[in-house]
Amino acid sequence: MDKPLTERIDACGGLVDMAAFEAAEGYATARRAVTEMTPQEIQEIVKEANLRGRGGAGFPTGVKWGFVPKDEHAGAGHKYLVCNADEMEPGTFKDRYLMEYDPHMLIEGMIIGAFAIQADKAYVFLRGEYHESYRLLNNAIAEAKAKGYLGEGIFGSSFDLELAVHRSAGRYICGEETALLNALEGKRAQPRTKPPFPPASGAWGRPTIVNNVETLCNVPAILQNGAEWFQDLGLGEDAGTKIYGVSGRVNNPGLWELPMGTTIREIIEQHAGGMQDGYELRGILPGGASTEFLIEEHFDLPMEYGTIQAAGSRMGTGTMILMDDSICPVDMSRNLQHFFAQESCGFCTPCREGLPWLEQLLLDIEEGRGQPGDLELLETNASLIGAPGNTFCLHATGAIEPLASALKYFREDFEAHIRDGRCPQAGH
Amino acid sequence: MSELDLIQTLSHEEIQAIEIEIAHLPDRASAAIDALLIVQEHRGWVSDESLDAIARLLEMSPADLDSIATFYNLIYRKPVGRHVIMVCDSVSCYVMGCDKLCRQMEDKLGVKMGQTTPDDRFTLLPIVCLGACDRAPVMQIDEELIGPVAGDQLDQVLGRFE
Repeated sequence: MDKPLTERIDACGGLVDMAAFEAAEGYATARRAVTEMTPQEIQEIVKEANLRGRGGAGFPTGVKWGFVPKDEHAGAGHKYLVCNADEMEPGTFKDRYLMEYDPHMLIEGMIIGAFAIQADKAYVFLRGEYHESYRLLNNAIAEAKAKGYLGEGIFGSSFDLELAVHRSAGRYICGEETALLNALEGKRAQPRTKPPFPPASGAWGRPTIVNNVETLCNVPAILQNGAEWFQDLGLGEDAGTKIYGVSGRVNNPGLWELPMGTTIREIIEQHAGGMQDGYELRGILPGGASTEFLIEEHFDLPMEYGTIQAAGSRMGTGTMILMDDSICPVDMSRNLQHFFAQESCGFCTPCREGLPWLEQLLLDIEEGRGQPGDLELLETNASLIGAPGNTFCLHATGAIEPLASALKYFREDFEAHIRDGRCPQAGH
Repeated sequence: MSELDLIQTLSHEEIQAIEIEIAHLPDRASAAIDALLIVQEHRGWVSDESLDAIARLLEMSPADLDSIATFYNLIYRKPVGRHVIMVCDSVSCYVMGCDKLCRQMEDKLGVKMGQTTPDDRFTLLPIVCLGACDRAPVMQIDEELIGPVAGDQLDQVLGRFE
């Protein structure tokens, strides 16, 4: 099986340094792209490969790149490529792994991406808590610069590329593309009005592409092996591999690079080693905290964008969180709303005021103070707070996804709390 | 504040590190977050005096800079202990028992979340998902990620941070 993202890491048994990376043909593809290919050719191959954004939204990468105005329409000034390495979706730990084990792979992907959109400035927007990633990326950037792979006239061409790491100072909202750009500009991370979208007007008002770490890491192998090869890696409708992950009460929590479209059950049972003794699986959040619960009837579905969406959820980041039978769905929902309420940027009233209100109501139900009608109240308010268009960005929408689905699939648990005036699992 | 006051408030090392960040950016104010983090690395937190000096260096108003500083949870506008402990309370760690870990930490240190021990050794903070969910429940002390953390290991872990 081909594992373009992790086979070098596996072969090295740890950090892939510059020597090991180059011995495995690292930077050869970036060199060829910059010295022998046109930006248009690269965009076409990535489009044809059907690489979709691995940060959660699944937008086709080549199509996004195509939105950047061509030179004659772009006006004077820089264009930017920004790698979204602000990995803060709860339950997600894949980008850290890629950056801390193969930082040169990300740099090579960024060189190719920057060349494809003709960006002369690139940033890695890195979350502040990732200290090891920061050290390793800065070392790798210095090494690449020393070899002439970054800086002026890279690989002996006329193409210049400066790459720097921006350390963030916290807040989940920075993962939202336009909030991220405000943070990169040194401002409060509040989302911007769209349109204009970043490819037209992004960082400092200039054309900007924001791509996730895993997305960019896929680019060198696509150029090296071709669009058809990449499409064939996927088992179903989506192309490539995916770094899937499992956290929760399994025997072997972790990450695995598997063909796109591997089933939920295979990931949990074969790769994560199944549930620990004494624990039953009740449901999963398939791709982070802001995705809807899926339950047993969905576990034979392949983890791919369209299928998971058709099942009423989102593949998101592909790193699933498992809820076992020792966990109270009401209290887990309270934990999730606590996160979203805390991380609201505060700009829109429904999000700033509504999410703490939902958290409080869930706490009341959990602690036995629920009243008849509370579930209807939760549902009504969840739909008002979560409806796209009622708030500026999709933070509140994401917050409601796990709550609305918990009310649907675990309704009896909620009802029992209100009926009995206590949590059936209290003191567990 | 005169040029001399600025130099007395921020060290040459801090100013130099901030100027390196500014060089990557189109204007000085864009380095606001970098500058706050750099000063915090040297002093542990960002005092009013430091904030005024950074604002001057970046050619922006202290009020604007403070609105940025107070938005971000990793910028400390109050003094913190010698070591900052962040215990993850997001959903993967919740499933693996972080509520219990948070209580144990509070009991062990004799402070609540958000407080600093009287000897200024530790500040205890909750943190969102640390991106190490296969090691849940996790915490980070200064720059070191620790997990999975069991209650009976806390003395040994804390003992490494004087």
